[in-house]
Amino acid sequence: MSRVLIRGGRILDPSIEFDGEGDLLLEDGAIAALGADLPADECEVVEAGGLWVAPGLVDLHTHLREPGQEYKEDLASGGRAAVAGGFTSVACMANTEPTNDDPSVTKYILERAAEDSPARVYPVAAATRRLEGRVMTEMAALRDAGAVAFSDDGHVIMDASVMRRVLEYSTLVDAPIVVHAEDTGLRGEGVMNEGVVSTRLGLPGNPIASEEIHVARDIRLARLTGARLHIAHVSSAGSVDLIRQAKESGLSVTAEVTPHHLALTDESITGFDTNNKVAPPLRTRRDAQVLREALAHGVLDCVATDHAPHAEHEKDVEFTAAPFGVTGLETAFSIVSDLYRAGEISALELIRRLSTAPARIFGISAGTLSVGAQADVVLLDPKKEWKYDASEGFSKSRNSPWSGQNITGRVEATFVNGRLVFRAGRGVVMQ
Amino acid sequence: MIGEDLLGIAPLDRARIELILETAERMQEIASRDVKKVPTLRGRTVVNLFFEPSTRTQTSFEIAGKRLAADVVNFSSGSSSLSKAESLLDTAKTLDAMDPDAVIVRHRVAGVPQRIADALQAPVINAGDGAHEHPTQALLDMLTVYQEKSRFEGLTVTIVGDIAHSRVARSNIYGFTKLGAEVRVAGPPTMLPPGIEDLGVKTYTSLREALDGADVVMALRIQLERLTGAYFPSVREYSATFGIDRAKLRFAKSDAIVMHPGPVNRGVELSNELTDDRPSVILDQVRNGVALRMALLYLIAGRRVGEGV
Repeated sequence: MSRVLIRGGRILDPSIEFDGEGDLLLEDGAIAALGADLPADECEVVEAGGLWVAPGLVDLHTHLREPGQEYKEDLASGGRAAVAGGFTSVACMANTEPTNDDPSVTKYILERAAEDSPARVYPVAAATRRLEGRVMTEMAALRDAGAVAFSDDGHVIMDASVMRRVLEYSTLVDAPIVVHAEDTGLRGEGVMNEGVVSTRLGLPGNPIASEEIHVARDIRLARLTGARLHIAHVSSAGSVDLIRQAKESGLSVTAEVTPHHLALTDESITGFDTNNKVAPPLRTRRDAQVLREALAHGVLDCVATDHAPHAEHEKDVEFTAAPFGVTGLETAFSIVSDLYRAGEISALELIRRLSTAPARIFGISAGTLSVGAQADVVLLDPKKEWKYDASEGFSKSRNSPWSGQNITGRVEATFVNGRLVFRAGRGVVMQ
Repeated sequence: MIGEDLLGIAPLDRARIELILETAERMQEIASRDVKKVPTLRGRTVVNLFFEPSTRTQTSFEIAGKRLAADVVNFSSGSSSLSKAESLLDTAKTLDAMDPDAVIVRHRVAGVPQRIADALQAPVINAGDGAHEHPTQALLDMLTVYQEKSRFEGLTVTIVGDIAHSRVARSNIYGFTKLGAEVRVAGPPTMLPPGIEDLGVKTYTSLREALDGADVVMALRIQLERLTGAYFPSVREYSATFGIDRAKLRFAKSDAIVMHPGPVNRGVELSNELTDDRPSVILDQVRNGVALRMALLYLIAGRRVGEGV
């Protein structure tokens, strides 16, 4: 029997709208009690004075690369990076090798994750076979194998009739379809946001319209089919408007935003650093501001990292040749908690966007500290400044735009299933 | 400027540009000599690192280096490991280990010279990167205009054609605006990139209006194979709307000069006769290119003060 008492922290539980000082007792992998001055008998005591005590963070969008690209990341390293970033549950995209379009791959990921990953892993299966946008996958079998959602992610389903059938069929399994909204023809060769900065740099631009056209298309198709549509990594102010309208008209549409789209703009590319090359591209200052407001007000439901590890030799090439994507698990809380420090969001809302809301979107049992829930808990210091060095991080890859920088907001400890799996300064503890 | 990179015109201030142009004017005298060689850079090694073939620019740098007695080594995609899948930075670092005094980089992707400069000890001269910058072309264009007009202040420079894909346009926009000229850009709307006005230019889709009162008319090369049909409907329509001939040139000032970075698609950007004869100064541009590049090599790869011989 294991008992952990987290004592004297600021407990934040959006699932019960609770924000107050107190103690939290974890017993045998479950939340046993929440209250003032809980007895510490036979407990391992963790002092949480000055810290936030919150349900473990939930990331709906990661690329953990296993199977197939273990040189970039695997379920062990990705899982360690997750818990170091406070994420106790992470969903991983289907663009593995082989593609997660078959129940055998889904099961493989779950079995490997159970062995290797300190974080809980939830596979997102492909929506179409081999991510080719033509033949839909066996969604019922994949769901039964453990898939929580379906997505072709960056391999956009360009044929609207295929998308319509995928959405329609997904209502059978009542799972969300996650879309990377982008008209790939309009994107063309674009490698960054099209605008003043791309004109200055002479890099091929990708206009905002390429995203908004697909956000609009997929919202219309969600209305046609009644499916659950989740829009990944929203980057533009115009997309926010479309999502707001969809929600107001009662559609089952949810959306996520990445830390990098909240914090960075196309101006970050001025030095041609490929660690700012992401899809969709970093947009303008105004877009970033609108995204921040939309997250604070819940038009954007949650933060997701789109953690996309790539090896150094793959990123350290011509800007046009480098793969899209940045790592994000280990820095997400620091970057996103800037909204709290800037007074743009309350502590409770911030935790809702990082934990409770994403858990609900994918139907993952997480995001709550209510008694009886699984004891996935994170201790956070929103004011602590620290230096992030990607080469000393837990991900196998180093393609972070924040490497080498001092950032504020640190994950102090992470518990999964009632057990300490990460402690700042001590690293990841596997038991 | 010794040891400094030249990655673009955008980072240069007016004094720097003037220093380079003045030095180039002094270099021109060498080309008029019987023996066109001085020992200024004897023992210095200059590497031409051309990832994208460009006989003209590469030859210009090579002649410039040789006239200053530098050892010029060409490392181009046809003749080296660049045709293998060697990474860009590995190639550059390999060269750097051979201790060159300057590395001249041309690449089809914007930003590569900067990335190479970040990785190298040796100073890097950008010889053209994607649609980003082509600073030596712009400097030789400025030198050519100065020789013709003896000033920059108050001049109107009209750049015509594919502004969107042109590094020459961008570098010239930065350069001429810094020197006090008014810069206009004209072309089909598909070839005017978003936000170009932010660089301090006026945009035109009417060639006639763009040329009105211009002192300098600069036509840009159109990539016919890649862009016809996608960015403009046909060569015939392009040449009718944005091609420059003597009749259209009448909209400009009577003493306007015509420039082109070359090679010209004759009958497309410029009429055949305008390509060859005044007021076009295309061969002067080429000639000035050598002097300008001599000046840069002297300024960047020359001996530091106090350094022994």
